This record gives sequence, structure tokens and C-alpha cells, in this order.
Amino acid sequence: MKKTPRTPVRELAPSYRITNFEEVSLGYNGEEAMLEASRCLECKKPMCVDGCPVSISIPNFIHHIKAGDFKSAAEVIAQASALPAVCGRVCPQETQCEGRCILGVKQEPVSIGKLERFIGDWSRENDITPETTITPNGLKVAVIGSGPAGLACAGDLARMGYEVTIFEALHKPGGVLEYGIPSFRLPKETVVRHEIGNIVKMGVKIENNVVIGRTLTIDQLFNEEAFNAVFIGSGAGLPKFMGIPGENLNGVQSSNEFLTRTNLMEAHHDDTDTPLKLGKVVAVIGGGNVAMDAARTARRLGAEVHIVYRRSKAELPARAEEVHHAVEEGIIFDILTNPIEIIGHESGWVKSLKCVKMELGEPDASGRRAPQVIAGSEFTLDVETVIMALGTSPNPLITSTTKGLELNRRRCILIEEETGRTSRDGVYAGGDAVTGAATVILAMGAGRKAAKAIDQFLKNQAIE
Amino acid sequence: MFKILKKEYLTSGIFLMDVEAPKVAKAAEPGQFLIVRVDEKGERIPLTICDYDKVAGTVTIVVQVVGLSTQLMDQLKVGDYFKSVAGPLGMPSELKEMSVEELHSKKIVFIAGGVGTAPVYAQVKWLHEQGIKADVIIGAKNASQLILVEAMRKVSGNIYIATDDGSAGFKGLVTNCLEDLVTNQHKQYDLAITIGPMIMMKFLSELTRKLNLKTIASLNTLMVDGTGMCGACRVTVGGVTRFACVEGPEFDAHQVNFDEAMRRQTMYRTEERSQNALTPDHICRLDKIVERRNK
Repeated sequence: MKKTPRTPVRELAPSYRITNFEEVSLGYNGEEAMLEASRCLECKKPMCVDGCPVSISIPNFIHHIKAGDFKSAAEVIAQASALPAVCGRVCPQETQCEGRCILGVKQEPVSIGKLERFIGDWSRENDITPETTITPNGLKVAVIGSGPAGLACAGDLARMGYEVTIFEALHKPGGVLEYGIPSFRLPKETVVRHEIGNIVKMGVKIENNVVIGRTLTIDQLFNEEAFNAVFIGSGAGLPKFMGIPGENLNGVQSSNEFLTRTNLMEAHHDDTDTPLKLGKVVAVIGGGNVAMDAARTARRLGAEVHIVYRRSKAELPARAEEVHHAVEEGIIFDILTNPIEIIGHESGWVKSLKCVKMELGEPDASGRRAPQVIAGSEFTLDVETVIMALGTSPNPLITSTTKGLELNRRRCILIEEETGRTSRDGVYAGGDAVTGAATVILAMGAGRKAAKAIDQFLKNQAIE
Repeated sequence: MFKILKKEYLTSGIFLMDVEAPKVAKAAEPGQFLIVRVDEKGERIPLTICDYDKVAGTVTIVVQVVGLSTQLMDQLKVGDYFKSVAGPLGMPSELKEMSVEELHSKKIVFIAGGVGTAPVYAQVKWLHEQGIKADVIIGAKNASQLILVEAMRKVSGNIYIATDDGSAGFKGLVTNCLEDLVTNQHKQYDLAITIGPMIMMKFLSELTRKLNLKTIASLNTLMVDGTGMCGACRVTVGGVTRFACVEGPEFDAHQVNFDEAMRRQTMYRTEERSQNALTPDHICRLDKIVERRNK
């Protein structure tokens, strides 16, 4: 078998990109996409599709790219995903589609994510909106949250003919795509707003500034607003902190706060009003995608940035590409390091971070080797800002105001795995509200499953 | 949506607005707040709810001009619009959890400071609607800084005014006034609710601890989203970190770490000052206001 190497993707130079928020990865052009597509073996039993949470017919769309028929490729993807330009950029392909690609056994897998992104971008640039014929069925579904889970669910339901209204608490739609993921990884104006626009074109209404659990309750959605079913895709929730001394000092913030200030509120721009305070030396605690996003954002704002992570580099939960980009951009990785205290100046602002060094012991419940403290390894790192990127705990807004909505042992919404059905009749849930902090694509997958189940539920109800 | 239907100056630096926000008005309860954004570039500003009219679909807010965003709000006139109003946010007042009998059995005193008088009004008015008259102490620097005294008089029991300079009512701080009422005039209270500057609530809470009087404080912390996402509003209550936006804004005052809360409140203070002071930055900010308003 002839071995064609993976087609490299053009990227901005690290020295340039740390001075701005432009997108780092430039993506494939048509020629590069066709070249990369030609590597696909078009397996009869494609493993990649099994690895895709929304089951995109991957060899099928790649087949069309090979032939240069990008429009047909777009149509194939559109059957499974309304957000190809988003997912092509933010999915952890290495553990999903690309992780299953048979080419990966001997060489590098097909760059499926980059191909998906190319089709998403090409469709936008050529003003192609995949055609969908919608026959309204007169039934109303409320979707709570306009993040990946809500958008995927709303898109599918709209396609089936439901009248869908998304209620969004913030002033802009998109959820984590808007407030969380920085524009150097996911451009807002072009990519996010365009793909949300496509969902709106399908007839989905988005009502911003409506906080379900406060402005309206789920009971009111049924009883007063006459919705036939509800999908909860309200996202993760309250930021976690470590519980170490000094966490409420001035200059300690959650990654959610830091990223919301910069992404949603654009606080780093002179012409916006939201303030932002960032020290010259910043420590980001955590090793996930959000930690990388916070670190790389702080770097672009001129800071020296340390990632402080208690396990080793191999255990970093972030996508490989994010870690690679962070390293290129000069982020300092203080691995096998765990903070034990944040020390403040008399003024109450952060002065330094007291840490201990760790070593890896036996594998723990998660299968990862458990970090253990090395005795006597205490040291301090002088920092002015500490950003906690440790995940989230469930937000009580909806669960505390909805009777009969059962929770799982982590206080997330309890669902039936295959359908997203909750303990409340007609109420479905998916995404981080169910799983705790996970990925965009898993949330989309959950949204799609729920859409299917809601359709089934309402059809059965109609028969009865 | 979010049209300004009324604007009235209560003092030279504090104004009241009725804003059209039917969904917020319909759900609003005493003790809650909302978040407004002036325009596309504006920050999300948490403001307490002073009053609401569920029939007319309006909410009343009272704003003290302290920084850029409140200056921008001050530029808005009747007929103008807020870019967004989200709410009501936070937990309703603890009073809402009590039965009418329980409420009737309690002697309640509110201690309001400055612009904090506005959210106190919402609670006192609600109690009045339940047939309960609560006493209210309203504090301000001087007589010209007092707000909502007449409106409050219509819905409250006894009203006590405290001014730093004695230009109206009791000469002294609200804490002195409450201490005088309890120790010298032998007033008995079962519950105190205080809303005002952090420093006032801190000293008030120290006093009521001595008086063994259960006290609730409503904390005006920093916030970005106001829905539990950012954690900027975290406060230490009874040694535990709590989020004022979803678990508050009211907490047991005797459990609140006010020193930390005050310190956290100053985190962006330099910004607010420079926006307000006559510095070169001020001029640049003024340009910003003029430019925005001309759009």
C-alpha cells in the first residue's frame, strides 16, 4: 500500500499569533482537502462513524471531497450536524473518528476534522445552505440553553417540523461556543454566528435574556406557554475551586470568569466597558481544554503563563492540538505540581502560589496513575493572577425549581442514557447539565438523541 | 423591549427608572435583582429591584452614578431602550419562605443605607401587602442624599432617619440609631434585614450580634453573568464559599466574612474611580459616552 503522508495544515506562526486573537489554524484549501481526502480507504465497515457521537457518514462526505463535489459533501454532513465548521475545529477527533481510522494503525489517520471544517467553511464562503424541506407539525418544543446540546437538539426538531424556541440566559446565543472557547480557536463572527444563523433559518426562535428557573420555570413552559416538550441543555454550572487557603484573594478567578470577560464581554478591547485585570505572571490550574484556552488567552494579553497540573504531560486531558499549540506559544508547563495555598499581599491581592511536587503512583479509579505528594518538595511560584480551570459543579437554577426532576449522585440531571429522558414526563436533558463538563460534540450527540426521543414521545402521545 | 417608561432623579446622583420588561416583572419577587446592559459594548450590571408592576409589565430600578456604566445609563432618557434586561436573579427574600402567621408574629426592622433603600422598599412593600408593618431605618450622609422616604412611609411602620451630619432625623450612623432604639427606647425586634454599603452592613452586623438579633444582609458583590457561571460573586459565609448570584444575594449577616467581601468589591475599584474622576482618562471616557449616544 502506498503511504501518502497526512496533508499538513497551515497555521499562523507562534510569534505572530500571541499578539492577537486571529484563528491559529488556517484550515485546508480545496486542493489540500482533495489531497487529504484521497488518503481515505472508504472502508466498507467504517470505524470512524462509530467513533462519531453524531454519526456523520464520514467516508461518504470524504468521497465527495475526493471528486471535488463539495456541495454534496456539505449535504451529507448536514444530515447529521448543523455545526460542521464548529465541530471540525473543536471536536477531540483523536479520541473519536480519527482515533478509529484504520490508517492510524500504521501511519497517521485521515484528517477528518480538518476536512469537516473545510466543508463547513466552504459552505459559508460560497453561501450554500443545505436545503431542508420542513413541514410544520404544529407541536411546540422548548429548548433551554443555546449551546451545542441545545442547538443540535433544536436543529433536528426543527427539521422534523416542530416549532422550536430556544431560551438563552445570556445576551448572545451559543453558550460555551460564545463565552467559553476563544476566537483564536473558534472565530465568533464568521463561524459561530453563521452556523447558529443556519439553525435560525430553519425556523428556530432564540429568546435571549430568559433565565429558566428564574424568569420562567419548566412548569410555566408547559402550563402557560403551551410547550409540548422541553429539552434541558443548560450547560455545566458553577465553577469548582480547590478548597485551598487564599482562593478568595483578589486576583484569583475561575476560568469561566476570565473567559467570559474576554470572549463574551470582549473586556480586552478598548471600546468595551467590562473591566479585566490580569497580572504579568499568571498561573492556570488544571490540564483540560479550558485550562489551555485560559492560558493561551492570558498569553495573548501579554502575560507569562504557567499551566500547573498535578499529573504528568501524558495525562493532560486537553486535546493534543491544544497542548501542542500552547507549548508553541511559550506556555510554561509546571507538571506534577499541585498548589496547596495561595498567598496574598497585605493589600489582599495574590502574591504567590505555594505548591508541592507530585509523582505518579498506582492507577486510580479513573485508570490514570494517581499523583502523590513528594515529601518536602514545597516551593512557591511568584504569580499575580491565579485562574482555576477545574471543571464545574451542577447549577441549581433549574433543578431546584422543577419538581420531580431527579438527580444522579453527582447532582446532575438523571437521564435514561439512550433517550435523554428525565424523571419528568416530556422533559429531556443532555450535555454538561447531565454529564458535568465534557465536550461540544458529546453535548451535540446528546441533543440529537434527545430530539429523536422527543419526536417519538410526542408521536406516541398523538396516537394515544 | 426594555423601553424606559419613566425616569426621575431622587437626588442629584441617584435616579429611578421604570423599565418595560414583562417577563422579569411577572416573575419578580422581593429580594431579587436583575442584570442590565446599556448597549452592545456595555457590561452586565447587576441592579437590585426596587419595585415591579406585574400588570403593567414594568420593573423599577434605582441607580447611583458611580462609574462609566452608570454614567451611560444616566444618559438614557424616557423612550430609550436598554440593550438587555435579564432576571429576576437570585433567591427571593427569606421572608417569602415564612407563613403569614410567622411573619405576623415577628417584629421586623429594616436598615437601609443610601441606594440600598431601593431594594428594602420592595420587601417592606411586600410585607405591607401581607398586612405587616415593618420598621425601617434609612441612613444617608445628609438630608439631600435620602431617597424614597415618602414612598417608604406609606408602606412601613415606624420610619427612622439617620444622617451623618444630623441634617435630617437622628444625627449619626444607622448603627447608632438602631442601638439607640433597642437600648434606650427598648424597642424589641426579632429580625433585622440590612441592605446598603458593605461597610455599613459589617458594622450593623457586629452590633446585632451583640444584641443577639438575627440579621440578614443582601450582598452587592461583583458579578459577570449573574447566573452561577463565573464565580466572581463568591463570598465566604460560615467558612464556606457561596455564590451570591444563585444562593444569595441574602445571607445570614453574622456568618458573612465582610472584610473579605469588602476587599473583593474593590477589585475593579480603580477602574470605577478613573471613570469618574477628572483625569485624562475621564475625558477619553466622556468621548466614549458622547460617541455612543450619537449612534
